[in-house]
Amino acid sequence: MSALWGLLRKEVYHILRDRRTLTVLVLLPVVEVILFGYSIRTDVRDVRLAIVDPTPDATTLALRDRFTASGVFRVVAVSSSERPLDALFRTDTVQVAIEFEPSFGERLARGERAQMLVIGDATEPNSGSARQSYVNAVVQQYESEQAARRGGIRIVPEFRARFNPTRASANLFVPGLMALVLNIIAALMTALSLTREKETGTLEALLVSPLRPWQIIVGKVAPYLVIGFVSVLLVLLEARLVFHVPIHGSVTLLLAEGLLFILVALALGILISARTSSQRVAMMTAMLATMLPTQILSGFVFPLESMPSPLQWIANLVPAKWFVLIARGIMLKGVGIAYLWQETLVLAVMALVLMAAASHSFSARLE
Amino acid sequence: MSAPAIVVRDLTRVFGAFTAVDHITFDVAQGEVFGFLGANGAGKTTAIRMLTGLLQPSSGSASVAGHDVVRETERVKSRIGYMSQRFALYDDLTVRENAQLYGGLYGLRRGEIDIRMRRMLERLGLERAERSIVGSLPLGWKQKLAFAAALLPEPSVVFLDEPTGGVDPITRRQFWEMIYEAAHGGTTVLVTTHYMDEAEYCDRISIMVDGRIAVMGAPSALKREAGVATIDDLFVRLARPATAGTA
Amino acid sequence: MSSAVVAEDLVKRFDTVVGLDGVSFTIETGELFGFIGPDGGGKTTLFRILATLLVPDAGRARVLGRDVVGEMWALRRVIGYMPGRFALYPDLSVEENLRFFASVFGTTIEAQYQQIAPIYRQLEPFRTRRAGALSGGMKQKLALCCALVHRPEILLLDEPTTGVDAVSRREFWDLLGTLRAGGLTIVVSTPYMDEADRCDRVALVQRGALLAIDTPSAVARRIDRPLVAVSGGDRYRALQLLRSLPQTRSVYPFGESLHYTDAREGMRPDDVAREVVARLEAEGVSGASAQPIDPTIEDAFIALMGSPDGAPAAA
Repeated sequence: MSALWGLLRKEVYHILRDRRTLTVLVLLPVVEVILFGYSIRTDVRDVRLAIVDPTPDATTLALRDRFTASGVFRVVAVSSSERPLDALFRTDTVQVAIEFEPSFGERLARGERAQMLVIGDATEPNSGSARQSYVNAVVQQYESEQAARRGGIRIVPEFRARFNPTRASANLFVPGLMALVLNIIAALMTALSLTREKETGTLEALLVSPLRPWQIIVGKVAPYLVIGFVSVLLVLLEARLVFHVPIHGSVTLLLAEGLLFILVALALGILISARTSSQRVAMMTAMLATMLPTQILSGFVFPLESMPSPLQWIANLVPAKWFVLIARGIMLKGVGIAYLWQETLVLAVMALVLMAAASHSFSARLE
Repeated sequence: MSAPAIVVRDLTRVFGAFTAVDHITFDVAQGEVFGFLGANGAGKTTAIRMLTGLLQPSSGSASVAGHDVVRETERVKSRIGYMSQRFALYDDLTVRENAQLYGGLYGLRRGEIDIRMRRMLERLGLERAERSIVGSLPLGWKQKLAFAAALLPEPSVVFLDEPTGGVDPITRRQFWEMIYEAAHGGTTVLVTTHYMDEAEYCDRISIMVDGRIAVMGAPSALKREAGVATIDDLFVRLARPATAGTA
Repeated sequence: MSSAVVAEDLVKRFDTVVGLDGVSFTIETGELFGFIGPDGGGKTTLFRILATLLVPDAGRARVLGRDVVGEMWALRRVIGYMPGRFALYPDLSVEENLRFFASVFGTTIEAQYQQIAPIYRQLEPFRTRRAGALSGGMKQKLALCCALVHRPEILLLDEPTTGVDAVSRREFWDLLGTLRAGGLTIVVSTPYMDEADRCDRVALVQRGALLAIDTPSAVARRIDRPLVAVSGGDRYRALQLLRSLPQTRSVYPFGESLHYTDAREGMRPDDVAREVVARLEAEGVSGASAQPIDPTIEDAFIALMGSPDGAPAAA
């Protein structure tokens, strides 16, 4: 085993002495979390609201107050007719408009139905639907209060964004971020490390030795497993401290699943390096094969449900998708392995298949 | 007797505290084949870079083909040819495309380039290589073609930086015959090489040690003076006590 | 005592290019054997097959009595291999490189110190220097140390002197001589013809075939015609002139002189020399002199090689 220790020690030297890469590895989790956490917000906040109220009365005024009081909306225009709306939307002065039917309050008092039109700027579909839900929420709240005041027992539907009551985007991003960071560390760095040996010509010398291929692979890859694990810890710590992202479920389970995902990424890195002896090519392949799918097809930023079904099907092949599901489950829903065993099984199978392929591809000879 | 093709006076180049080239002085006559020898790190490459206008001297002067390397750098570049072992021709272009590229860089017109290129290929017996991708040709052909390319714009001075690495002895000789022919036609050739036997092909050689020129002269004269049989022996004797480049 | 290396009809093809074309040879234990030839001739391919890195398409090879294909792992323990371009880690120090290669073979620098001392002592002052910052000669010595540190029974050195200055090259061959004196079998490849003389036996390699296998002096004597060195006078004109003569078998520059062989059989060397000078003078090339000389390996190579691009040698 001294050979394996020798390999590990050498790999650590490489990592420590490559100052640039080291900086990236250390800063990566920190920077990514901050960047994503602060810059990308799909939170709904400060929505500019226009009110069209042809016959203002106590009810419409009460509702209008509710919108303002919710903290989500900001009334920027009030009008008694629709006419100004077109211009307001086009100049982006207004994002949502609410139009009350004439004699809104009177109708309600008489027990009739009163209509309220919600008009939204749909150029941002994600925000559009979020805004819509908020409008609904405000109205429902008002309605249920009114029903309670009038007496009578009614089943009051309540809309609340379950598991993510504040719908804070950080909660949603963190699992995906972990996957992204791990892809870079485990897949990209491993691929680079192996192809670097080929480029310097040292792989040839390593092969003509008692070292078996599995030993070479383990020696090269183990440090990145450790670094990946530490990065996951860092991301979680940051998410907790800076963004107050909750971890309702078992941290141990989360870390274990993280380890499983790291193994998948490592195997991918080895596979990529087996096909090329150029570091540049390895890097591009790693980016295309791991980072791009993670960013787009894992449900991390873009919801999978809004994608066409062929893409959704392809997304099933992306390991990050499963990890994001698992991580979100543990962190936000607080569920355990009983609920997540299927997704875990998928990841485990992926890990086994990829590792088998990787060890098969790493030849003991030069061809 | 025409003016020397290369005139170097006290040429010096320092990098921080390290003096790479230390006040070297020499002339090279027109049509001469001059061998510029020295160990790795002795200063050869730095000196060549200054003479080809790629690096500014720290002090001293040099003129190549009648133009000062500092004040008329672009003129110098237009009058010289250059070939090195590491780069000669683009591997993924054909011979003709390479010739067009080189010729174009020196301002030659397409028609003229084709004429000159065909003449050279004929002389080398490599006519059928015109449309071949350079990367697919044997090493020996590539080197000869690279030299031909350097000669295409008919420069008055050609700098060859370690041009004959790794090829078989016959190809190396054929290459040197090309050099002789060029020199016979009036082109001045400055060659650096670490094959000491090739040093013997030159009219005169200089050996650089630690940035200075240790010896200079005709190979036969130098050997006689030092009492050695080959230039290799002479080189070993000079280089052994050197302080630079030992570790 | 069985031979250290036995190769029979080794063939290796790469796509359309033939790397090795039916190569056979034997290397005895304790020999310093050289494969001499230019780039692209097949030396590296051959070394890789012997080092168990490549599998031949046809033919067999046994190193230290073991088959290179079937007994790969047994061989990898006992071969000391130094690939071309020095397999060293540029960002690790001299000591770290050596320590690493020692650990890979399950040993330490300390345990093997005596073995590598003659070479390592020259490196010790630079123990902590990064391998990437070493000169060519130093890298060469370090690479040799790394190949030796596990006490191999045979050394395979692929172009260890390429690109290194003349002084270091000489020192390196001195080191090899010392190792050989200790009984180690050493197989070296090199494109430098003059290094051939330092081997016990050599094989000339060109385009995947062996042109000759023998002691250096025997190979040199393969030239069966007198060889004359012509010096002085206008070399270029002399060359052109002699080449145009019908009785010239070959003439080429060689160092300061031209080497000339005559196509006619049975001529005495002095007569050839005299005739050459006379011919040159007659055509206006004055000041030339000629004397018969003993051929070198390089002369033999040129004679055996024929045209560099294809046509076989004029025998």
